[in-house]
Amino acid sequence: MPQPDVVDDESVAAVEAGLDALDTPTERRRRFTWRRAAAVVAPPVLAIVLLIAVWQALWAAAFWPEYQLPAPAAVWQVITDNVQTGVAFDVLWNSVHRAVLGFAAGVLIGTPLGLIVAKVRIVRAAIGPLLSGLQSLPSVAWVPAAVLWFGVTPSTVYFVVLMGSVPSIANGLVAGIDQIPPILPRVGTVLGASRLGSARHILLPAALPGYLAGLKQGWAFSWRSLMAAEIIAVSPQLGKGLGAFLEEGRNLSDMPTVIAAIFLILLVGIGIELLVFRPLERSVLRARGLSGAF
Amino acid sequence: MTATLETSAMTTAVRLTGVHKSFGAGRGAVSALEGVDLSVAPGEFVCLLGASGCGKTTLLNLVAGLDRPTAGDIALSTSRPAVMFQEAALMPWLTASRNVELALRFAGVRRTQRRERAGELLELVRLGGLGDKRPHELSGGMRQRVALARALASAVQGSQDGSPALLLMDEPFSALDAITRDVLQGELLRVWRSTNTAVLFVTHDVREAVRLGQRVVLLSSRPGRVVREWQVGDLEPSAEAAAIEEINTSLREVISSHAAA
Ligand SMILES: Nc1ncnc2c1ncn2[C@@H]1O[C@H](COP(=O)(O)OP(=O)(O)O)[C@@H](O)[C@H]1O
Ligand SMILES: [Mg+2]
Repeated sequence: MPQPDVVDDESVAAVEAGLDALDTPTERRRRFTWRRAAAVVAPPVLAIVLLIAVWQALWAAAFWPEYQLPAPAAVWQVITDNVQTGVAFDVLWNSVHRAVLGFAAGVLIGTPLGLIVAKVRIVRAAIGPLLSGLQSLPSVAWVPAAVLWFGVTPSTVYFVVLMGSVPSIANGLVAGIDQIPPILPRVGTVLGASRLGSARHILLPAALPGYLAGLKQGWAFSWRSLMAAEIIAVSPQLGKGLGAFLEEGRNLSDMPTVIAAIFLILLVGIGIELLVFRPLERSVLRARGLSGAF
Repeated sequence: MTATLETSAMTTAVRLTGVHKSFGAGRGAVSALEGVDLSVAPGEFVCLLGASGCGKTTLLNLVAGLDRPTAGDIALSTSRPAVMFQEAALMPWLTASRNVELALRFAGVRRTQRRERAGELLELVRLGGLGDKRPHELSGGMRQRVALARALASAVQGSQDGSPALLLMDEPFSALDAITRDVLQGELLRVWRSTNTAVLFVTHDVREAVRLGQRVVLLSSRPGRVVREWQVGDLEPSAEAAAIEEINTSLREVISSHAAA
């Protein structure tokens, strides 16, 4: 600290303000415009229109018999009929509420499991590989076993959904925790954080992006597993979900119903992704300046 | 023994006596520090100078309590020194103000007081209106100033009983461009004078050490120990140039001795 302050404080402040102004990352705050909205919406809409046009053309050319490739209009008819009679809502509700309940249970089990696997070395060594392995096991494989254990009951359905979602959720959290820059927990230590304080204020928020990715995949697996279970395990006790609706269409060789069911299953999957996970992910990544993709 | 430590704690911010640190065990063990004796007086600004890999970070980690010495003693007068790293290491999901508040939150400060205190500290590092910005919206220099404000928050909080605060800084400006570094060095001196904190500042840059420190301590490499120290507070510009020259020569000697070995 040798030189006496010949440079006055104000001019230092000015230089610093200048540096700050020059150095601050320029923020591109993109505001909503109809043109940009159209640019987002138009391509997928166009793709769907094209797909239906090709379908219509193939149907008109009668390459395949009617019971294999029905007209788009016939499928649309099935959907509107079922909406009018209310069957569509019953079926959707039946499946969606089960998937949501199963997924919620998966979160409740997968989150502590992931935390333990990530933080306790011996547990990781013991079940870490199993957990990653289970992630690649199609959960349909559990349906026969579950039917033998629980019969064709809701328990079977929930069991299969859990086996689908828990590994993804737990593995997502483990990956999220593994990817925390080691400097952040060290900052917690030098700031005097307790173990609990560090977990609550540093580890969990820092692991959030990975955890969220795990949740998203966990949901996708829940939904798939549920559909698989509903197609295989049909009984009046379970009520009619989308999978049963699809299976019923196949039994009646009713192709329009089959395609309508597939369409509805897809619609739920895309809907939840767009309405729940996409906005969540966006806000989490945005807050961290990681929103490169969107 | 304990009694002497306690009395010495009254007159020093930190005192290291015969500190050894080796990593690993057996034949593969690396001895990073060997017999380091060093003390920092309350309110004193000490620069720890040494080549890369000489154990500066290791030493700072020991003082910070992030690691334990293999042998020797470290007597602190503060319960917990504040630390500033080479990277700002801000929580990317928190705003600048919340990052500063985090230090106070862990110290159990109430919410309204936290806000107020964080505001004052951001003001002190001239980031007054920018408390709501996230780290990714700030430049490297601004982030480092937020980190300084956070360190100050924890330094003052760590020594509320009136014992002198201690701030440990590990090459905090080395990742910044020259102009920003120059400005921040000036800011650090201003903040140091206004807060009365003792500073142990690690650097490999002789000019920086002489400009900032009242005392420069040269560390040898592998294993690290204190080679020499210079009083460089309140030097005339010509004396300062001479000091830089002299310390540079010593540093070169220390480094070249390794080529021979
Ligand atoms: N965790 C560790 N395990 C083994 N060796 C280490 C570890 N940390 C540091 N070292 C060694 O100790 C020496 C001093 O390192 P460090 O304190 O980082 O040096 P500096 O900060 O001065 O560049 C180096 O030779 C380094 O390889
Ligand atoms: Mg270092």
